[in-house]
Amino acid sequence: MAKVKTQPGYKEIPPAGVTFKPATDYKTGDWRNKRPHRDEKKCTRCLTCWVFCPDAAISWDGKDLHFNFNYCKGCGICANECPVKCIEMKPEE
Amino acid sequence: MAVKQILMGLNGDEAVAYAAKHALVDVVAAYPITPQTIIVEKFAEFVADGEVHTEFVSVESEHSALSACIGAAASGARTFTASAANGLELMWEAVFLASSIRMPIVMAVADRSPSGPINIHGDQTVSLGCRDTGWIMIYCENSQEAYDSTLQAFRIAEHPDVQLPVMTMLDGFVLTHTLENVHILEEEVAHRFVGRRQPMQIDVAGQTVPFKLDPKTPITIGPLQLFDYYMESKVQHSEAMERARPIVTAINDEWAELTGRKYGDGYLQPFKVADADAVLVTTGSSAGTARFVARQLRAEGKKVGLLKVRTFRPFPHKSIAKVLANVPVVGIFERTHTTGSLGGPLFNEVRSALYDGETRPVVLGYYGGLGGRDCRPEDFDGIYKELLKVKETGKPPKSLVKYITVRT
Repeated sequence: MAKVKTQPGYKEIPPAGVTFKPATDYKTGDWRNKRPHRDEKKCTRCLTCWVFCPDAAISWDGKDLHFNFNYCKGCGICANECPVKCIEMKPEE
Repeated sequence: MAVKQILMGLNGDEAVAYAAKHALVDVVAAYPITPQTIIVEKFAEFVADGEVHTEFVSVESEHSALSACIGAAASGARTFTASAANGLELMWEAVFLASSIRMPIVMAVADRSPSGPINIHGDQTVSLGCRDTGWIMIYCENSQEAYDSTLQAFRIAEHPDVQLPVMTMLDGFVLTHTLENVHILEEEVAHRFVGRRQPMQIDVAGQTVPFKLDPKTPITIGPLQLFDYYMESKVQHSEAMERARPIVTAINDEWAELTGRKYGDGYLQPFKVADADAVLVTTGSSAGTARFVARQLRAEGKKVGLLKVRTFRPFPHKSIAKVLANVPVVGIFERTHTTGSLGGPLFNEVRSALYDGETRPVVLGYYGGLGGRDCRPEDFDGIYKELLKVKETGKPPKSLVKYITVRT
């Protein structure tokens, strides 16, 4: 049988399934089937969504919030937690 | 020359609690269950009296106990827990988890029969049920060995080449609740022996980081691994278990030098096996009784021996084959019950170890001591006589495995 090696062998990967790449290398945004849409006028920049995002996919640049869609899985926790309900989850197109 | 030691009257559970105290454990998360309760009670006393720095986590179940230990161990803490029978069964999921994500937890198991019929007394069915969970497993013969093995266990578990959890077993009531003279180390001497836990260093994403949860060097422990990486992790686990083989022996030797107490090569303790016509193989407290009987029979001129299996994982199959190479008849006594199989775990492992030998002995299995039934000297005497008869007549009985002390 021809040896086809596309992934590292057991001697090359760290023990106990510790990921051998930093977590930022795993772009999990393509799991998303709903996307958060933020009403920028309604948003008070309270940063509740930034606190709750389990994937740290929301960033704050000192003035405004940004969603990083490389990591946002579309879980909707931000929309659920938003005190002024300015985030709406809409299906991905 | 062994160090000065303190002689105390302790039961097996208390001896284990003292070992955990001397091991400078950072976190204990445990739930009481007979016959393990005294370990946790005694340790809780040490915490309440301020004799240890340990964080004692009172949990709502054994599943939580081991889960809390896994979390603590992942943060780099030295962790200890204890359980028995039904409790160990309840933590089953976490038992596999602890070893497969390589958490060097030490757990004392006070062997108790599984329910049902409901029973609180000793046999080894549940702990031997853990033989495929990937833990290192040590069976103790007496309370002294329980103290000694528990301290050794931390060194084995946390060794950077091993990094696996260790279970130390002591027979319920016979050891856990029976007062014995136990020599314990002076605290500072014990502290020097165990040292502090040093996390293993691993290579991740091109840099070497400590294998623990640390915000300075973030890693993910216990991620999802499917068909793409699961098998690779299993092979790594298996290799770690193989690397543990010489370490169990080395630490047993180091302990012998320190205390004057040596448990064979850490795996097997043979007693007059070399020229024996018949040898009984057993584990735990039964080994003490069987040795007493073997000594008596030797005095009568009967060539019998005893082989105590102390470490069941990693299983010493090569040395068993070597030690028993010239023995014509071997009996395996186990306080374990397996149905629908030819003999219990010890019977199968020993018999399999002998398969590649040039001369295969007759191997007979004996189930006994289930649910705490007494394993009396006369019972072992009966087994030895039967084994000698097989040697004499050359005729093994029709049934290779049988129950002893069962009423018919």
